[in-house]
Parts: sequence; C-alpha cells; structure tokens
Amino acid sequence: MSSERDSKAAHIRHIMETEGDAVGANTRGFNDGRYESVGELEDYDALKDEARSIKEDAIERLPHLVDELTETVEENGGTVYLAEDAADANEYIAEVCTDNEADRLVKSKSMTSEEIEINEHLEREGVEVVETDLGEWVLQVADEAPSHIVAPAIHKSREGIADLFNEQFDPEEDLETAEELTAFAREQLGELIRGADVGMTGANFITADSGTMALVTSEGNARKTVAVPETQIAVAGVEKVVPSVEDLQPFVELIGRSGTGQDITSYISLLTPPVNSPTVDFDDPDTPVADGDDDREFHLVLIDNGRMAMREDEELRETLYCIRCSACSNTCANFQSVGGHAFGGETYSGGIATGWEAGVHGMDAAAEFNDLCTGCSRCVEACPVGIDIPWINTVVRDRLNTGTDPELEFLVDGLTPDTETSGPGIQKRLFGNFELLAKVGSTVAPVSNWVANAGPVSRVLQRAAGVAHDRDLPAFQRTTFREWFEGRDRVPPIDPDRRVVLYPDLYTNYILVNRGKAAVRALEALGVEVLVPPVPGSGRAPLSQGMIDTARSKAERVAEALGPYVADGYDVVVIEPSDLAMFRGDYERLLPEESFESLAEHSYEILEYVYGLLTNGADTDGLTLADGDGETVAYHAHCQQRTMGLDEYSVAVLDACGYDVTTSDVECCGMAGSFGYKEQYYELAMDVGSTLEEQLRDADCDHVIASGTSCTDQIGDLLGEEPSHVIELLAPDGETT
Amino acid sequence: MSNQHANSHNQFAAQVRSYGVELTEASPGAVADAIASAIDPPAVGTPLPWDGVELPDGVETDPTPADIEDAATGVTAASLAVADYGSIVLRMDDAGSEPVSLFGDLHVAVLREEDIVPDMEAAFEWFGEQLRETRDSAVVATGPSATADMGSLVQGAHGPKRVEVIVVR
Repeated sequence: MSSERDSKAAHIRHIMETEGDAVGANTRGFNDGRYESVGELEDYDALKDEARSIKEDAIERLPHLVDELTETVEENGGTVYLAEDAADANEYIAEVCTDNEADRLVKSKSMTSEEIEINEHLEREGVEVVETDLGEWVLQVADEAPSHIVAPAIHKSREGIADLFNEQFDPEEDLETAEELTAFAREQLGELIRGADVGMTGANFITADSGTMALVTSEGNARKTVAVPETQIAVAGVEKVVPSVEDLQPFVELIGRSGTGQDITSYISLLTPPVNSPTVDFDDPDTPVADGDDDREFHLVLIDNGRMAMREDEELRETLYCIRCSACSNTCANFQSVGGHAFGGETYSGGIATGWEAGVHGMDAAAEFNDLCTGCSRCVEACPVGIDIPWINTVVRDRLNTGTDPELEFLVDGLTPDTETSGPGIQKRLFGNFELLAKVGSTVAPVSNWVANAGPVSRVLQRAAGVAHDRDLPAFQRTTFREWFEGRDRVPPIDPDRRVVLYPDLYTNYILVNRGKAAVRALEALGVEVLVPPVPGSGRAPLSQGMIDTARSKAERVAEALGPYVADGYDVVVIEPSDLAMFRGDYERLLPEESFESLAEHSYEILEYVYGLLTNGADTDGLTLADGDGETVAYHAHCQQRTMGLDEYSVAVLDACGYDVTTSDVECCGMAGSFGYKEQYYELAMDVGSTLEEQLRDADCDHVIASGTSCTDQIGDLLGEEPSHVIELLAPDGETT
Repeated sequence: MSNQHANSHNQFAAQVRSYGVELTEASPGAVADAIASAIDPPAVGTPLPWDGVELPDGVETDPTPADIEDAATGVTAASLAVADYGSIVLRMDDAGSEPVSLFGDLHVAVLREEDIVPDMEAAFEWFGEQLRETRDSAVVATGPSATADMGSLVQGAHGPKRVEVIVVR
C-alpha cells in the first residue's frame, strides 16, 4: 500500500518536472480564454441549456436516431457499420482498406479512433497510417500518447518539437521557430496526403435528418483528408448522433469557446458524405478535377464499445452528453499541474475521463487517476452541457472502493462506523470518517494534537494511512463551538427580525471555532436570533472518499435534525462552503426530493445571508460591523463557493465595510478536503497551491482571508500563517478564546 | 438596403477584419478588377454563380490537380456569411471549390452582401433547409487556417495563410 503510494507520488513528481510547465501554461491560457470568450456571449446560459437538452433528448432516443441515421446515410450513398466493440470496428475498417487495396490511410484527429487503437491494428495489417493533425503527428513521430483530448501535444514545448524533428528528419537547416516547424510539417504531410488511398476522420456531431457530420478543426488537414482520397471512413461513438442540422448551432457556438477559448475554430466542416467534391488525383495531375469520373465511397463506423451499457447506467449515462471540448481539463487545478499523462486513463484525460474510461475500458482504467478529481466542482460550470463531473467521479470511486481489499484495517476499524458494504481502503476510511475522528480528537485535545503531529504517531499515520508527514494535522479545540454557544449567558432577542440555525459544521465545531463565534456575533448584531443545535456532519467527508452510503445516511440525519427548524420558519446559515454545496447540490442525489428542496431553498452561506440582511433593510442600528477604513484584503474564495456563485457576496460585503479587496483567480487552492493530506498527492497539492501563494504574496495586503477550511489549512501551510474567515474580519469584536 | 442588412454588413466587416482578413467592397461590374488586384499569381478559381459577376482573366477555372497544387491563390464564391462571427460559408461542388479554396496560400472569397445573415441561428436555419434538401456539404470558415501545436499560434497550417473577402454590393 505504502509503496504503491510512493510510486504514484514518484510518477506525479516526474510528470510535473518534465511536462508541468508546458501543460500549465497551455491549460491556463485555454482556461483564461474560455472565461473571456463565453463572457462575450449574451445568451451563454441559454445556449448551454439548449445544448444540454438536445443531448438529453438524443441519448434518450438513441436507438431510434441510430436507425434514422443509418437510413439517411444509405439513402445518401454511404454505408453504416455499427461496431459492437473495438475489435469489431477495427476488423471492418481493415476490410474496407483491403477492398480498396489501400497502402496508406491519412487521418484527421479523432479520440474515438485512439480509443479503438485503429492505428496499431491497421499497421499490423500492412496499412501505413499517417496522423495529419500537427499535434498528433508530432506524437506519432515521438511515439507518445496524447496528454490532452483537444491539444494532444500540449506537454511538448516548441524546443522539444524542434529537437525531435531535427533528430528524426535531419533537415538541411535546423528547424527552430513555430513557423518553420509548421511549414516543414505541412510539406511532409502534404506529400503523404497526396498519395493516400483512404481518408479517416472522426465526427464531433452527426445529424440523423441529413446524415451531415460536423468536424470542428483549425488546421485544414481534415478538409484535405476528406477532399483528396476517393474513400472516406468516419469513426464516431454512437453518442455523437443528434436529431437535426439545426441542433448543431448551440454546439458550434459553445465548443471552441469552452475548450480552447476560441469564439469559433477556423473550420466547421459540415460534411454530408459521400461529399460532392471531386477527388484530387495527384497520380493523374493533368486531368481537370471537374472531369474526373469519381466514385466516392463513404463508410460511417458507429462505435458502441460500452456506450449502450453506459446509457442504461443511471450514474454513467451523463458521460454520453460530453462533447469532448476539454473545458473540464483546462479548468481543473490538478490537471493544470500534471496534464493527461497523470490525469488520464488509456485514452481519455481530465475530469470527464473517469466516466469514459469506466464505460469503455473498464474500472481498472478509471482507477488509475480517479483520485485526482477532488470534487472542487469548478468543471461543472465550465462544462457546456452541465455534466456533474464530480458526481461521476464519486460514483466510480464508490464502485472502486467496493472492489478494494484494504490492509491494516485494524487501525481505523474503531473509527469507521461507516455503512459501506465493503471496504474502501484505509486511507479513504480515515478521511471519510472525519466526524468521529474530530469528536475523539476534540475530547482529548490538546493532547491529541500533540500526539498526532509528534514524530512517531505522525509516521505511523503516514505509513498506515498515507497522511503526509509534512502536513500538520488540524488542531482540535478542547471547547467545541457548540459547547461555547451552550455555555453563553445571553438572553435571546424577544422579537427578532429573522431566526437562524447556524449549522455547526465539523470544522467550525471542532477546529475553527473562532469563525463560528464571529458568525454568531455578526448575526446577532444584525438583529437575528441564532440557534446552534446539535446537527451531524453533512457527509461531505465520506462523499469525497466515494463512500456514498455513509454520506447518504449522514444526509438523512442532517435533514432529520434541520427539517423541523426549517418548517418552523428558521433559515439555515452555513459557514463551510463545501457543506452548503452538499445541502444545495449533492443532497439532491442523496435525499428524497421534498427534504432536499426545502433544505436547499432555506440554506444560505454566511456572507450571502449577511449581504441579504444588509440589502433588505435589516435594522442596522447599533450594528458594529468592522470598519475597513481602506485596509487591503487578499481574498481567496472557496472553489465550491465560486461554483455556486456565492463569492461575490463576500466581496460585496467587504467592499461595503470599506475594505479594498483583491481576489485570487486560481480555480482551487490545491488542498480540496483531504486530498492535500494524502502523502501520494502532497507534492501535487503544493504545486497547485504555489500559484495561489504567488498571488497572495504579490497582493501584499493587510489581511489574507479565506472562506473554506481546506483553503485555510493550505494557505496556512503556504504562507506560514493561517488566514481568517471573512466573517472573523467583519464581525464586531468579542472574546475570541 | 434595409437597416438590418446594413448592421449585418458592418458587423461582418468588423469581425472578419479582427481575424486579419482583408475585406473590400465592389459593385458587380468591378468585382473582376477587385479580384485581379487581390490575387497572387498563379491563381485557380471556380466560376462565380451570379449574373454579371465575373472572374478576371488569368484565373484558371478548370484546374487540374497540378494547377491546384501550384496555385498561390484560389478564388471561390461564398454562399453565406455569419455577421457576428465573421464566418463565411464555402459550399462544396462538382467544380472543385473545396480544393480550390484550400490548397493555395491565399483564398479570395467573393460574397454577395445580401447573403450575410446576422447570427448562427439564422445560418443553421439555412443549413437545415439546404442540407436536408440537397445533401450537400459546406465549410464554415473563419479566418485563415491556424495551429497552436508547434509551440505558439501560427497562421497557415494545412490550409490558406491569408484570406480576403470581396463583398459584392
């Protein structure tokens, strides 16, 4: 177990050292471009909704649409072959090549063709395969795998490509600039396309009504691949079928913006093959192309390879809505550090790859990298079809847990009253059962803190459960937030403006007690009656470890505890953003609809609530919220808080209180719950955090503040001093010990 | 000319220029001259489908594969344009407009002003009707071909390095 973690850490370290810089610069560039480009769309959300509903409808009616498409393509003069799996597809394609006496097949970029490994199959059959996309060609020459689903050679620098070409091709003059490299590749590939017998493309979308396939490209190689040879083969997953030509519009507007941040790529080919363009027969260079007696042939190979089973799988089905734009890769903080060679399986990479790999290659392929999704949720708003990618990762993690055989369980058995049917590994169980750990830790604090961080115990934790030795574990407080609250000598207001249950999340209750106290003071100063009843943990910790059953039973107990208050007119105010994200999002999948909706509707993030009180004319007489007086604040909002769109309330209230706020723009701090505590991911978490550290240091502000517990821990480790929560800065002064 | 057309035209002109595409305007009778001054020889082309709008002499309109490969410029008609993206629609045909517009370093596209539609929604209504009816193929082209695969953005990958649009009005 420990050596497995060591080798994982070593692999990640190697990738970060060799490819991290190029991957980081490129993905961050794409991600920045995405924000800018979608920001220019007036109806971005409406387009996303439209795209989503087209996919929902298409997957629902998929068998019918495949039949309709087959009929249409045959009517157009083409052939459709529905391949059950990769081997089936490869055999059919090889046959087409044999029938055409093909020596060379030229390809434009297609991930689905990578999935079935057609290149290897055809080469074994004696057909030369040439990748004509420049990035794919670089990888073919280098014999490497793609590190990104859209920009496959994203991990290679210009210098690296120049070295590769100069060594492999020994040109008269060494190639150096991107222009020289491109011109050289164009010339080489132009030669190879001239003599090609078959052209193979993928398809981004295919319309059942006209048999038109959309290809989203920029280089022009796909156009040549189709225009020059007489025979075209298109390889596409069955999920690419949409009902009509008009359905292409939202996708055409969204795909480039979401992926590489381009409003639109240079070419959107709308091909209705066999295409009505004359072939360009370079073997007969002097006959006008319009006079040729073309007999174009077209084969559409629709690939199932697990997709129809995914469609029947309630949890994995959403994966089929994916349009492979790469937004979830580019926006992912972990992906930005390592790219697809660490954050990827056999074919696919990035957040959604877990769904694809589990569906087409099996659970083992998904297991390789599934842990790298921390559930930060930044990809959810970036996804043009709104796929709940963290949920797919959680489900796959849960299924993987069921198949694992944990060692050293005795150590955490006492701490694992979880309801998992069988064993998640010891590391996942330790972090998944954080609630009990916190209770026990608090009871015996400060001894427990001293013991846990002391050499021998810290090393045992590292060896047995993989807790990074370099991390200080959270310091449990002897007096919990609830105990403090119960012990207060305070008469509740007789006629309060609002009544609130302040949710005592595990971190506030056991560790970051001061932010709880500050929240109480601030709310009371605004004329609110505050209660802090006993409510269990939200289930965020077990959910993040893929322990869905445990999370569900926590959710049920939370709903049971809070339900009566909500029914009685109380609002639920939450300090920890990841717990609010449970109430507003994940609980939809864990609770009956009614209990989810009522809790979601009445739950608020603390600063969202304060903002609401202030703007809805709460009685502010006697309010002693802090006066910023122009002091500067560097603020890092929590990832899930940003996804919920709630970071702006913190900024607005800080601003209203007279602070000069600078916000970080990193997607995630890198800690992401327990992720950064795990020894195999510690260095990656710190690498992700280094961007945040740089921004916070550059901001050089009077205060550094954060909203989430993980962010607080991570920033504490990065800067050497723990930041406060927003509410601690804003609340009127009070005793804080 | 209606206001909507004028707006679409202005928006198209601004967008297409933002991709580094040169745009000139010409009356039907002046198109041949405009093309002649735009092209780098040798040039290949496909016949323009509108009455009174002609290609200049010196553009080979029945090109062979050798002509296409040797040409510095390809001249074709654009069937439609999308104002808010600065995109032009190049329809495939038996005459070889697709290879003609693709192989040269310069593509000169000739577009009628009335064929500029405001947005993608309008464009895809047109595509829906056209493609279901004719089963034709087309390319929505925006700016020159480009790649970022060689370490930085380069214009002119497998397709043209430069695009010029001549609007007939």
